[in-house]
Amino acid sequence: MTVLNIVQAVNRTLRDEMKRNDRIVLLGEDIGVNGGVFRATEGLYQEFGPNRVIDTPLAESGIIGVSIGMALYGLKPVPEIQFMDFIYPAFDQIQSELAKFRYRSGGQYTAPVVIRTPYGGGIRGSHYHSQSTEAFFTHTPGLKVVIPATPHDTKGLLTSALRDPDPVMFLEPKKIYRTVRGEVPDDEYTIPIGKANVAREGEDVVVFAYGAMFHVAMEAAELAAAKGISVEVVDLRTLLPFDIETIMSSVKKTGKVVIVHEACKTCGFGAEIAAQIAERGLLHLKAPIIRVAGFDTPFPYILEDEYMPNANRVLNALEKTHNF
Amino acid sequence: MEPEISKDELRRLYRTMVLTRNLDIRGLQLQRQGRIGFYIGCLGQEAAQIGSTYALKPEDWTFPAYREIGAALLRGITVKQLLNQYFANAEDVQKGRQLMNLFGVKSANFVTGSAPIATQIPHAVGAALAAKLRGDPIVTMVYFGEGGTSENDFHTGMNFAGVYKTPTIFFCQNNHWAISVPFEKQTGAETIAIKARAYGFEGARVDGNDVLAVYRCTREAVEKARRGGGPTLIEAVTYRMGPHSSSDDPKRYRTEQELEEWQKRDPLVRFRRYLEKKRIWSESDEKKAQDETNREIDEAITYAEKIPRPDIETLFTDVYAEMPWHLEEQLRELRAEKGTKA
Repeated sequence: MTVLNIVQAVNRTLRDEMKRNDRIVLLGEDIGVNGGVFRATEGLYQEFGPNRVIDTPLAESGIIGVSIGMALYGLKPVPEIQFMDFIYPAFDQIQSELAKFRYRSGGQYTAPVVIRTPYGGGIRGSHYHSQSTEAFFTHTPGLKVVIPATPHDTKGLLTSALRDPDPVMFLEPKKIYRTVRGEVPDDEYTIPIGKANVAREGEDVVVFAYGAMFHVAMEAAELAAAKGISVEVVDLRTLLPFDIETIMSSVKKTGKVVIVHEACKTCGFGAEIAAQIAERGLLHLKAPIIRVAGFDTPFPYILEDEYMPNANRVLNALEKTHNF
Repeated sequence: MEPEISKDELRRLYRTMVLTRNLDIRGLQLQRQGRIGFYIGCLGQEAAQIGSTYALKPEDWTFPAYREIGAALLRGITVKQLLNQYFANAEDVQKGRQLMNLFGVKSANFVTGSAPIATQIPHAVGAALAAKLRGDPIVTMVYFGEGGTSENDFHTGMNFAGVYKTPTIFFCQNNHWAISVPFEKQTGAETIAIKARAYGFEGARVDGNDVLAVYRCTREAVEKARRGGGPTLIEAVTYRMGPHSSSDDPKRYRTEQELEEWQKRDPLVRFRRYLEKKRIWSESDEKKAQDETNREIDEAITYAEKIPRPDIETLFTDVYAEMPWHLEEQLRELRAEKGTKA
């Protein structure tokens, strides 16, 4: 066991898997000599050399398009997009190419690229270093979308992603890159893609969250406990394909649901969870589902704290549904 | 300046051009008759495609755009495979999932194309980079049109190739028309070929209706790439003699006179005249080639049209390596709607 933060867990996992699999190649802007602007690839260029850790021109569509070509040839490329806010030049490559190669070729060609990218607010980054736009990718058949919330899960999920036969969007919550620390086993392990984690058991209300918002949900659950509300917290961990069994089991157990994400509310991933629950378990519900989400505005700068869901806002939702 | 090619090989090249031309004519007819849903052809571009592909080795990779029928046939993809794809039947290797001629066959290293323009260009660079990193002496060839050179992915692919000196041949078929938009509205540059200079490598311009000139030019670029000399951009100047696709009417935007001028430079007529002059090809050879290729196409049509559609399960397979729960659920729903069982 070693105590690591999330960015260190990313770094260790990449290194461990690169040692096991010589087809893994990292590429991206500033990831080589510089070790990445968030230091996720620190030391890897020095350890594995310029053929495994490749500094690229400043061009996201090129990074992803070239990664697809490398994957078609049989390598396992792991491109880093420096901020998820900058992924849009590569959107065509992700949507039209990466996600569709297996399908459109009748299973002849696959491009199992793992795209790593930091996402989310809370770092005073304004519009272009803060957004949480996972729903664009969960709306894309052919992709898997994974978001860790702890160092332990980061290692297990990233290891799975690096061994997965399909393209994976591995979204890293940058606000908690360094603030969340935890014990990470030194030995090899995986956490399956598609499995949520019931991180806290409770009887009265369930909160579904992921990424940085998982910790906000845990804090709110603690505050609620002091007020006599027993809250279950589920870290979804994989958004596509999401873990419907765990979700419905917690819904049936509690009958009251709060969904938390920092992405804006309208057509956010919470809408999908709410719709699935409504389709499958309306009669298990004892209160309306509540979404605590970012507002339907561009991501702000100075009013960031007002924008981001916090424990108090989640607590209000918990009390509201509990008292319904 | 004539390349060293055996008589048999010259005959094979011409015959593949004839096969391509006849398949193209029949493909558009099948669409007009309502027997297939769509068609996109390469009429007039046979020499550009076949001359360039002839410079490749079997282990090299092709990244087509969507009208590289001549290239596909020379790579060994069969008329039957193409017709199964046109009819989107159960024997189509792509399981009836793509529009006609958006086609790939892995065993031919001919990568499945897509409709968004120029997206395949960075893929060709990535595959070439991967091969270079693995020490494999292969070359990747990517096809696109002059319209594609306006796209971001042309720039980004050329730029990455220049930086990493990948063994990539950027093969632009400048057919003068991107649907209805002419060359001069596509770029302010005098040629496509000169664009290579800005990326730090060579560009070449060749008569795209001269199959031997195209071959010679491409072979030089391929040999250079295989030696580690990096990428080349080739601009083959040719002409799209047919419509952009079965949904297009070129009379709306270009003159009959322009078409007639290019018909005089028809690559098949030119190559046939050359072969006849060299006494490599005769009237009876021509008749035989026409008959044989048309018969092969007819047989493939008759065959492909009888094959049923792919099973409805194929709507859901190959989205992922393993079908996740939500797709299994949707497949069950569709089966229930259709009244069929698993």
